[in-house]
Amino acid sequence: MRKQVLFVLSAIAALLLLRNLYVMLVNLPDEAQQGPIFRIIFFHVPAAWTAFLGFFVALISSVIYLVSKNMKYDALAVAVTEVGLAFGAANLVSGMIWGRQIWGIWWTWDPRLTSMLVCEMLYAGYLMLRRAIDDPTQRARISAVLSIFAFVDVPIVFFSIKWWRTQHPQPVVWGGGSMDPSYWNMLFLNWIPVILLGVVMVAIRMRQENIHREVEALRRYAHGF
Amino acid sequence: MRLFFRQTLTIALKDLRSEIRTKEALNASVSFSIVILLLFSFAFEPTSEETRLIAGGLLWMVFAFAGALILNRSFARELINDCLDALVSSPTPGSALFTGKALSNLVLLLVVELISFPVFGIFYNVPWVFQLPSLLVVMVLGTWGIVVIGTMFSAMTVNLRLRELMLPILVYPIMIPCLMAAIQCTTALLGGQALTGDAAPWLRLLIGFDIIFSILAVALSDTVLVG
Repeated sequence: MRKQVLFVLSAIAALLLLRNLYVMLVNLPDEAQQGPIFRIIFFHVPAAWTAFLGFFVALISSVIYLVSKNMKYDALAVAVTEVGLAFGAANLVSGMIWGRQIWGIWWTWDPRLTSMLVCEMLYAGYLMLRRAIDDPTQRARISAVLSIFAFVDVPIVFFSIKWWRTQHPQPVVWGGGSMDPSYWNMLFLNWIPVILLGVVMVAIRMRQENIHREVEALRRYAHGF
Repeated sequence: MRLFFRQTLTIALKDLRSEIRTKEALNASVSFSIVILLLFSFAFEPTSEETRLIAGGLLWMVFAFAGALILNRSFARELINDCLDALVSSPTPGSALFTGKALSNLVLLLVVELISFPVFGIFYNVPWVFQLPSLLVVMVLGTWGIVVIGTMFSAMTVNLRLRELMLPILVYPIMIPCLMAAIQCTTALLGGQALTGDAAPWLRLLIGFDIIFSILAVALSDTVLVG
């Protein structure tokens, strides 16, 4: 049953993505100033939204884990963090390709770019920390605390860097301004398959994590003899 | 409440006493910060006017790196003879244990800073004496930010195999707002401005960071230490 649901969800995601790609590439006109490259926004922005949604769910499940001590929430936290990191990386890479085309540079220390990078580093640290702890309950407890610290820190980082950069104006500012409604619609429409993909990945990863923990427990049990 | 303060003070004094007797972390940290200050002279022209513009950044890099040495030892020193287990099972709550450790780390790191700061001033020809009271305020606030995050993560990583490596990887990204605010304030002060001028929002950010993470760390310290 679970397998079928995941299969159906991924099929819907794939079909929606195909439909969106068709509309994006055939029906929607090129953006006036940026030309064809502007279409990257339909993946760049939903990836960022999905990443932050993932980190938010990680925060919630970490708090629930600390209250309930139910290992299921630890598995959920690690699954959404990993998937969030993957979408965050997709956001950074697509942004760099876009930046190379429009700004002529791969990277600029703009508040959004910098804070996304810091965010990725924080959650990459989360995964590294998990690797370094052997005891499952200790691992769950410590990484839940880190997840809370990281989530509280990210908005402070964003606003402090924004503050700092606006004190020193940069030639490169976030372009766009207002966007045509058809572009907006596409942005939200394309978020649906991206989120579905994220949900399927989280479900698979969570199951993996649960099985992994069972194997670990069996191994410890076997060592007891 | 009074009991909490007494327990905190006992832990802090215990840590300071054992540090004064061995001077392990303090010696390492002071010599490390002076070595970094020496290395900076090869990275840029030490006597140039620009030094003053980047002075805040340089100093807080030194403080953050030197701080990692002290913070690494903070909980690790309790591993010998299972002292950490004894501390955790004592009637002292995790929050008092954490706050005491953080206070002693604050004092130790401030000592390192008060030694390396004049050395920096002399080596790089940056006048600092005229702003001393404001600088001290910034130093205490910035150092508390480093210490509150660092002590928390020191407790979290104490049982890890790669403790010395994990701590810097985890704490520096979290400290970014605190370091940035401290850098801005210090640079403004060394440039002859007052804290109430352009640097005022940064001072507020620094205070805000300290308050938010102090509350969070004290609230979660029992979870980390006792479980």
